[in-house]
Amino acid sequence: MTWIVPNLWLVPALPMLAAAIGALLRRRGRIAAATLAIGSMAVSFLLSICALLQVLANRSGGQILTFNFRWFQFGNEWLKLGWMLDPLTAIMLVMVTFVGLLIFIYSVGYMAHDENFTRFFCFMALFAGAMLGVVISNSLLLLFMCWEIVGLTSYLLIGFWYNKPEAAAAAKKAFITTRIGDLAFLLGMVWLYAKTGTLLFYDGGAGCLEHSALTQLVAQSTAIGLAASTGIALLIFCGAAGKSGQVPLHVWLPDAMEGPTPVSALIHAATMVAAGVFLIARIYPLMSAHAGAALTPTVALQVVTWVGAITALFAALIAVAQFDIKRILAYSTISQLGYMMMGLGVGGVAVGMFHLITHAFFKSLLFLGAGSVIHGCNGEQDIRRMGGLRRLMPITFAAYAVGMLALCGFPLLFSGFWSKDDILRSALTWSVSRVPFYMGAFGALLTAFYMTRQVFYVFGGSSRLAEPSRDLLHNSHATGPAHASALPRESPAVMTVPLVILAAFAMLLGFIGTPAWPWFQSFLDGTHTTFAFSAFSGLNILPVMISSSLLVFCGLGLGWAFYGHKPIESSQASDPLNTIQPSIFSFLGHAFYVDTLYSATIIRWNTGCSRVCDWLDRWVWNGVVQTVSYFVVGIAHLDDFFDTSIVNSGFDEGCQGVSRSGQILSLLQDGQVQSYMRIIGCALIVLVIFLLWGAKV
Amino acid sequence: MTAFPWLSLLTALPLVGALVLLAFGGLGKLFVRFSALAFSFAALVLTLFLWHNFDSASGSLQFQERISWIPSLSVEYRVAIDGLGLLMLLLTSIVVPIAIIASCRIQERVPLYYSLVLILQACLFGTFTSLNFFHWFIFWELSLIPAFFLIRLWGGPRRTSAATQFLVYTMVGSVAMLLSFLAIFLATHKFDFIDLAAMARNGQLMPAVIDKLDWRRFSPGHLALIVFSGALLGFAVKVPLFPFHTWLPSAYSEAPTGTTILLTGAMSKMGVYGFLRILLPIFGAQMQVVLTPLLWLAVATIVFSAYAALAQKDLKRIFAYSSINHLGYCLLAIFALAKFTGVDTFLTTQKYAAMNGVFLQMFNHGLTAATLFWFVAMLEKRSGGLRGLDDFGGLRKVAPVFSGLMGIALFSSLGLPGLNGFIGEFLIFKGSFPLVTWATSLAVIGLLMTAIFVLGILQRVFSGPLNRRWASLPDLTVGERIVLAPAIGLMFVLGLYPQLVLGVVNNTVIQLVQQIKF
Amino acid sequence: MLAWTIYISFLGAAGVLLLPRGSVASARILALVTAVAGFGIAFIYFLQHRTGAMLTIVRIPWVPTLGIEYHLAADGISLTLILLTGIIAITGILFSWNIEERANEFFAFYLLLIGAVYGVFLSYDLFLLFVFYEIVIIPKYFLIAIWGSTRREYGAMKLALYSFVGSAMVLIGLIAAYVVAGAKTTSLSQLAQFPFSPHFQIYAFPLVFVGFAILAGMWPLHTWAPTGHVAAPTAASMLLAGVVMKLGAYGCLRVAMVLFPLGLGPWGVHVLGLGSWRDVFALLAVIGIIYGALVALVQKDFKFVIGYSSVSHMGFVLLGLMTLNQIGISGAVLQMFSHGILAGLLFAVVGRMVYARTHTRDLAALNAMNLHKVIPFAAVTFIIAGMASMGLPGFSGFVAELMVLIGVWRAYPLLALCVGFGLVVGVVYIWRAMQKAFFIGAGVVPAPPNPPLPPIAFPERLGATILIAASVLIGLYPQVLLNVIVPALNSPLFDGLRKGSWQ
Repeated sequence: MTWIVPNLWLVPALPMLAAAIGALLRRRGRIAAATLAIGSMAVSFLLSICALLQVLANRSGGQILTFNFRWFQFGNEWLKLGWMLDPLTAIMLVMVTFVGLLIFIYSVGYMAHDENFTRFFCFMALFAGAMLGVVISNSLLLLFMCWEIVGLTSYLLIGFWYNKPEAAAAAKKAFITTRIGDLAFLLGMVWLYAKTGTLLFYDGGAGCLEHSALTQLVAQSTAIGLAASTGIALLIFCGAAGKSGQVPLHVWLPDAMEGPTPVSALIHAATMVAAGVFLIARIYPLMSAHAGAALTPTVALQVVTWVGAITALFAALIAVAQFDIKRILAYSTISQLGYMMMGLGVGGVAVGMFHLITHAFFKSLLFLGAGSVIHGCNGEQDIRRMGGLRRLMPITFAAYAVGMLALCGFPLLFSGFWSKDDILRSALTWSVSRVPFYMGAFGALLTAFYMTRQVFYVFGGSSRLAEPSRDLLHNSHATGPAHASALPRESPAVMTVPLVILAAFAMLLGFIGTPAWPWFQSFLDGTHTTFAFSAFSGLNILPVMISSSLLVFCGLGLGWAFYGHKPIESSQASDPLNTIQPSIFSFLGHAFYVDTLYSATIIRWNTGCSRVCDWLDRWVWNGVVQTVSYFVVGIAHLDDFFDTSIVNSGFDEGCQGVSRSGQILSLLQDGQVQSYMRIIGCALIVLVIFLLWGAKV
Repeated sequence: MTAFPWLSLLTALPLVGALVLLAFGGLGKLFVRFSALAFSFAALVLTLFLWHNFDSASGSLQFQERISWIPSLSVEYRVAIDGLGLLMLLLTSIVVPIAIIASCRIQERVPLYYSLVLILQACLFGTFTSLNFFHWFIFWELSLIPAFFLIRLWGGPRRTSAATQFLVYTMVGSVAMLLSFLAIFLATHKFDFIDLAAMARNGQLMPAVIDKLDWRRFSPGHLALIVFSGALLGFAVKVPLFPFHTWLPSAYSEAPTGTTILLTGAMSKMGVYGFLRILLPIFGAQMQVVLTPLLWLAVATIVFSAYAALAQKDLKRIFAYSSINHLGYCLLAIFALAKFTGVDTFLTTQKYAAMNGVFLQMFNHGLTAATLFWFVAMLEKRSGGLRGLDDFGGLRKVAPVFSGLMGIALFSSLGLPGLNGFIGEFLIFKGSFPLVTWATSLAVIGLLMTAIFVLGILQRVFSGPLNRRWASLPDLTVGERIVLAPAIGLMFVLGLYPQLVLGVVNNTVIQLVQQIKF
Repeated sequence: MLAWTIYISFLGAAGVLLLPRGSVASARILALVTAVAGFGIAFIYFLQHRTGAMLTIVRIPWVPTLGIEYHLAADGISLTLILLTGIIAITGILFSWNIEERANEFFAFYLLLIGAVYGVFLSYDLFLLFVFYEIVIIPKYFLIAIWGSTRREYGAMKLALYSFVGSAMVLIGLIAAYVVAGAKTTSLSQLAQFPFSPHFQIYAFPLVFVGFAILAGMWPLHTWAPTGHVAAPTAASMLLAGVVMKLGAYGCLRVAMVLFPLGLGPWGVHVLGLGSWRDVFALLAVIGIIYGALVALVQKDFKFVIGYSSVSHMGFVLLGLMTLNQIGISGAVLQMFSHGILAGLLFAVVGRMVYARTHTRDLAALNAMNLHKVIPFAAVTFIIAGMASMGLPGFSGFVAELMVLIGVWRAYPLLALCVGFGLVVGVVYIWRAMQKAFFIGAGVVPAPPNPPLPPIAFPERLGATILIAASVLIGLYPQVLLNVIVPALNSPLFDGLRKGSWQ
């Protein structure tokens, strides 16, 4: 089925088209909008399946299928764009379209009451299209363009409830924070273009990720001694870090939870934030480009690893002390993204991508579950005011539990276990340092802990929803009436069915990547694999599995110890941790005060700069101009004075006879002047006659 | 070469329109508005005709007219267009109808207003087609007069000082430029840009000037720089280049919005056009000498104006600064072009990219800025003249279509891929980065600041709780949507298929770049 | 036949005088007819002889004992100025259509002045030239003293005295030349042939040059001009600025520089960096340009602005002469023509269209009237005239200044930059005056003129149109005049200059 390759563009194009039509729809066209979006996603999903099959069929060949075309012309060159189909693309396509499809269906129920329903699906479809564009593009430029559009849709959807000031602010924050990374990305791209003369990844040997270009890149070194490849890779990584909320550019992601929950599920859990990881995976050849056969990983990959590890631990710590159900998940997403980056750094594409895929499923599951909870609780997001939902929302609870266990990495049964285990194992064998491994391990423990805490808060004990709210911020929720004191109820089927499906995948997906049968890894690497149980006996496979399982159990146990065995009674009760270590708890609760730090430093400096520039413009530059003009006018007055007083006076002394002239005039003005005039007239005639006579002669 | 004087006809058309308006202004405002619109559309059609008949394969000067005029000053009437001129003509004839439509708030002395607009259009056409300094300068200078009166008579409260500052400031530049061109004429007895460029290429120009000028107090190099700086000043004020920009914000914000559209959409391009057509080919060597300071100025223009825009409260002032910022990228690329690269084919390719980027950026900025000010005009029409950043809030609720379309325009000025702004900036960065790495890297700050203030506008004007005062603010009418559609559509078309423009101008770019020899 | 310009003007003057008193209308008509006829003759001659070479019209002995001849001749330069005189004469009469009081004498003096001016431009014999030059002074005096406005006696007397001083200096210089040459001739060409000793020329040249330059309003001897212009009635100030000042410049070129070309040569010593009379006068001219512009910038009286602007513009003429290269000098001649037209136009607007209606020239008072609404035609005319006089391309002023500047770049690069500054100030003062006079300023309480002003009459519209048309024509096609000016400068008469420090 090679027909799919030249027609792969249809996959992103269909949702884009749906978005374009949806943009023209009026508010009433709800059904049309939803149908368009979901239908287009369904078709794209089918196409992605075809793509996957094509890749599977093509594995023997192993080469990457590309389709490049000319976009525009400058000088004697054409700028080419294109798309490609390799295992990475195929896997991502299927994941994005599938998860997207489920979330779209879910949204029909979740957004049912929203007045801008059509607009919502328009944006979502636009996002899906752009995201799929990122996935298939074979050109860094095309990827960047779709990347920016993804950013735009994220901006639009975070600020979807635009009349909430926090939402508007969060949207702006998200866009600008990612934009900072993107500009570094742009520079890296331009640099890469300058060095290799192309932005196509694979172009039959001429692409910028192919051998000739890479050898050339590692050969050249920059002013500060790094190889050009490293510099470029790091710049591009800034872009990835921005999108994937790596420290220090993570600040936008928690705020992004202001958006509707399906958005958080699709964009800020499953796909967009994973795009950064995907980007690194895509340019992995560049990241790992060595001059010759060096043993240690490249600087770029080390940076990736460290940033990832730090992020994983940092965010996990913060997540422990949050009370907003979505913020907890947001921080856990950041932490998991850290794991993925770390996986890429220590273990390569397969490791990172495996966690990306599994995470996509269970994290979107968790978000949708959270959405279902919020929906059930009439928009309440504060976990202290929930509780007892286990009985009230059984399906949601079951699904949520699966997702939670997957995220914690509960041994053997759940996908998260296998992917995280993969990462930890390669971290253990990382040649540079073991610290990332320990950080990751500790992060795993924390993950298990804070998820248990959340689950006990939300589902354990008895409902605290009827109690008066702690703070009024969470009430103003656009989806529904702020507070109906009615008991929480289970969500409609349109929302629960996707939950169940996702839950199934959250469990099973792990088995395509077990050490025994590493199909996923080999698929990405383009090698063949067979099921071999003996593989478990391989080097430090079992030890890592066991130790990480122990960590998970510790986490769960601690969580139960703090929150489980003695259920929380009232929403006013302070958190057990808070009672133990209030200072640390509030420090974590405020997310290490990073936001405060930024607003105190960078943002203030920035506003200061702008004020200064404005002031310079109004007073200094303009002042110079004004001064010059005043100076000129001053000279002018001086000259005027000179003229009237000096130049004239010299004359006036010279003629006192003015008075006499007055008398002459008085003569002229009286009666006899006429005769005087006539005399002159006659004189004139005489003169003229004389002249004429002269002329004749 | 064509037997028929298309370009003269094109230049004459708006003048005729102006006269008609002045003559029959009595027939009522409606008649005036519509006939003004009709004439501008006629010009647009004629330009499209030229666009269609333009031989983009050659890209050299076409539709040429050449008539001896003042032999004793070796002045000849010579008009012709290459891709650059053509693009500018198209931009002008797109911007002017927008300006005319956007001027519907003008109520007093309507005929005079529109005839001044048309005169301005004629001057622009003349500037973009003339190849001889003499009549090029006529158009260049005369364009000030209608602009001045448009600001002076219909402008805002501080219009007097704004208009005067605009006029005098530009005049200073023009006089400086006049002086240096007279020095050149003295030496070469030529006023023809093409011939002068040829002399400069062969390295005869400046030696001749220095020899003829016998100003022994200065070394030849400095003398050449003096002559160059005169011409530079003329264009730097017009674009404007930091720090000669102070006239711009007040002029743009005080002018009636229709006029601001003209100023930013078309008139600001006169400066960049001058850089490309005159300064770069004739004074390339001198630009090369002072490249570093010039680059600093360009970076300052970009960053400074972006920061200043961030501090403004008045939408028009914001957009004024942002248009300084956008043209700053053009200047950056132009200065990068002036960097001497010899015959290095790789860097030549970068120059192609950069200059193509400049072309696109000029056109895109004209289109986008004009549209943005157009939206401001419609906002003023609804709000009764209010246009403060904090006067509004939550407009999306009452005017979703307005917000959506203006959002598109804003994002296009932010340089979002898929909209017209992006490709130009990308090409400029792509081309300039290898030539002048440090300057280009610094210029990125401008992009970030642009994003910040653009989103700031979206946040404070359109988002947040609805300002009760505008609870009944009407959304775009069907008519407005129809007239806006082409502009917005063009943004998408150029964003997705820039080849539409680049394919036409590319060969001109190749020729212009190859002419930069010294 | 060109001589008839003189005769007709004189006859017209006589005719007007002989008309019964009070017959105003007929006087106007007669004057207008005379002026038109004069211009017609000049124009026909212009069409016939486009070569610009020196052609003798009349040549007969006059006072044989002294070798004085009655010798009229015309070359391109004089032809240009005669055309100018004709145009100004016609428009001047059109703009004095409103003169009621003692119209006969007014037009008589007016035509007398015109005739004398024609005479100066045509006469090729120094004595004859001087006679006409003197005749000019008398009617000038009376026109101001009788029909003038503010401080007219003062202005008239000042003007007269300055002129007399100037002509005295000229006379001394000429007699000296006559005596030194020793040959019994006052013919310009023959005296120009005579090899005066450089030493003598160094002394004689400044005498004659300054004598004429006074009338051309050379700084610092310019003060008669503003006061005179302000005091004079509209038509008279049009003539003063438009034509009479050109007499001075013409004399400088035609007499001083032709007779004593070596007077421009270097002294051999340097005083304050000035090495020759040429440097001195060039410097004075530039000072005049900037100084006049600056002073005009701060005037409160509308007419004074224009008065000083003439000083500034005549500076260009003198500067052009001092460049001593063909393009510079032809630019100077072109500037004479252009300034004649524009100054006439400006004075017409100020004196006739505004002052005669509002009876005030105080810019502050005018500012409150927001005149561009009341008399739009005047506003438009002034704007166009202003654009032209600030040297906007497309008008005569631009070409002239352009050529002068090219010459200056060649001769005095540094001064060229100073002149650039002058140009900018020129823009500013014209624009300031325009805004103050016609557009109400911010925060000024509008005080519409009361009683309502009479509309602009047809003669004024006609006159303004003629002048604007002339300016635009020359601005767009200067070749018309350059065709006759440039050959004239190449005529043998200027051999002396060309052999000298000509560049």
